[in-house]
Amino acid sequence: MIIAKLAFKNIYGAGLRTWLNAIALSFSFVAIIFLQGLYNGMNNQVEKATVDAQYAGGHYWQNKYDPYDPLTLNDAHEKIPGDLAKLIAAKKATPILIRQATIYPNGRFQNVFLKGIEPEQNILSIPTSVLTDDKESIPALIGSRMAKSSGLKAGDYITVRWRDTHGTFDANELKIAAVMKTDVPDIDNGQFWIPIDKMREMTAMPDEATIIVLEKGSSFSAEVDHWQHKDLEFLLRDLRALVLTKSIGGSIFYIVLLLLAMLAIFDTQVLSIFRRRKEMGTLMALGMTRSKIIQLFTLEGAMHAVLAALVAAAYGLPLLIHVARTGYGLPEASDSFGFALGNRIFPAFTAGLVVATTLLVLIVTTIVSYLPTRKIAKLEPTDALRGKLT
Amino acid sequence: MVEGKLIQTEKLVKIYPMGSSQITALDQVNLVFQAAEFAGLVGPSGSGKTTLLNIIGSLDAPTSGSVEVLGGKIENLSHREAAALRNRSIGFIFQTYNLLPVYTAYENVEFPLLLLKIPAPQRKKMAMDALDWVGLADRAGSRPSQLSGGESQRVAIARAIVKKPELVLADEPTANLDAKNSHHIMKTMVHLNESLQTTFIFATHDEKVMRYLKRKISLDDGRVEKDEIIKPEVGK
Ligand SMILES: Nc1ncnc2c1ncn2[C@@H]1O[C@H](COP(=O)(O)OP(=O)(O)OP(=O)(O)O)[C@@H](O)[C@H]1O
Ligand SMILES: [Mg+2]
Repeated sequence: MIIAKLAFKNIYGAGLRTWLNAIALSFSFVAIIFLQGLYNGMNNQVEKATVDAQYAGGHYWQNKYDPYDPLTLNDAHEKIPGDLAKLIAAKKATPILIRQATIYPNGRFQNVFLKGIEPEQNILSIPTSVLTDDKESIPALIGSRMAKSSGLKAGDYITVRWRDTHGTFDANELKIAAVMKTDVPDIDNGQFWIPIDKMREMTAMPDEATIIVLEKGSSFSAEVDHWQHKDLEFLLRDLRALVLTKSIGGSIFYIVLLLLAMLAIFDTQVLSIFRRRKEMGTLMALGMTRSKIIQLFTLEGAMHAVLAALVAAAYGLPLLIHVARTGYGLPEASDSFGFALGNRIFPAFTAGLVVATTLLVLIVTTIVSYLPTRKIAKLEPTDALRGKLT
Repeated sequence: MVEGKLIQTEKLVKIYPMGSSQITALDQVNLVFQAAEFAGLVGPSGSGKTTLLNIIGSLDAPTSGSVEVLGGKIENLSHREAAALRNRSIGFIFQTYNLLPVYTAYENVEFPLLLLKIPAPQRKKMAMDALDWVGLADRAGSRPSQLSGGESQRVAIARAIVKKPELVLADEPTANLDAKNSHHIMKTMVHLNESLQTTFIFATHDEKVMRYLKRKISLDDGRVEKDEIIKPEVGK
């Protein structure tokens, strides 16, 4: 009890030094929580954008479809079986027909995927409604990355060549109906979205599809002959792996910042304790036991961390809440991350994150208070009094 | 009060390693101190005065030989026992005062009593009495940074004697003080020695301190050269 009282007295008595220490420590709290929240927010956002635009409630893939092998697309199409057709009719799913094709922008040729989709669908967050009212030409929707790589813009016409169901080459003009801005590269890079009815005509594949996208939250997972159910867990696996590898690369930055935060803790605690070794020598001379001295200084360190948590809450909470609301602007360059990142990241701060960080800083602070104290307390009192290191 | 023999050193040796060689700070020191002595260790710089005081005060361990303080052998004490001995029976006065910086004068003086778990009302009275002895009762609320050197050392003296220890060890207590303050604190200690029967042992170069000593032990190169009982020049 006396130890707690003394620790409190020391902290209170140290006045300005205590506050400086707590403020320095509080930066660690806020920095760690901010970065971790940003990282969480980034992950959430990438996943959400990808689910919205690409995966929705899971897919059914025609048996031969393999997204990693474009050649499979030649055969990966089939009449939609009854169960799935019923879902589609009830607007609980939407079919996509995929073919390989070639376009010829500016005399070069470029391989693309033609994707037939229902213009009236709203299962995926793709603005397919722009594909509706065009009787003259075949409208196509592309993403901004595709537009950039092909030099196309809305209103342009482009020749496209494909093989129909018999393997016969055919060609036609597409009219770029709109260029969409999307954060999901997989619906953008090399993708041409056209009305599925037109596509079925062009390829002579009536009522066929390559994949069926289920509506979000769909619980449909029945066995369907020739079609495989792919749930979200499966579909997101690659993305999660990608985010993980990206984040391992990106976390060097995070680790450096974390180390800086630790350094701040280390600096404030270790230095302040080493600066006080003569004081510790005096306490020994006054008859305080080693273990009491260790308890006192360790407790003081922990109390600094608690104080720092309060200080951090005072300015950190409003700051973090603000950023969580308005988002954190990212430089353009981050588009090259290769996954769906918006221009703004909305950090996700969870109670768990805050509690875990508080505990982390508390523990680190306590440890870096304990270790040097123990070192000094182990000295002969004379050496501590003389301010000797070693 | 312990009657008779308070401290006895036997063939006390302290050797400090210095790289490959070593320094013999104390060399076969045999000394006995009785209760209520007012003694000084004198000698040139490096002669071992501080080392001897520190070992007697259990702040440092002897290399060989034996030191008996208040009936216990210092070299046999555990850290906990040594801390208890210092807490209960030994007061230290340092050249640089060593007051705890964030505490007031009163809190500094009260501190040893807190460690001794003396109840609050009694603690308060003892601490105020001690400040009174050194003439600083009116500065009880001051922080060390607000005190002069002389005042700081008087607070340190109050802290050393507040628990009425059998023994006070003072290492160059006047080194940072002017003549007036030096005489003031020496008189304070003579008074305490006589009224409380507290044993004082000084380490000093200071002529002003020597004039108050009743026994003068001269050290040179870690050895006791002379040990003389003297009549203090300054009267009571
Ligand atoms: N911790 C130490 N490590 C190494 N040598 C030491 C240590 N402490 C003291 N010494 C050496 O021991 C010898 C005695 O030192 P001590 O401090 O006891 O002398 P002193 O008589 O108090 O001197 P001064 O009058 O200068 O205070 C000196 O040669 C000193 O250099
Ligand atoms: Mg000395």
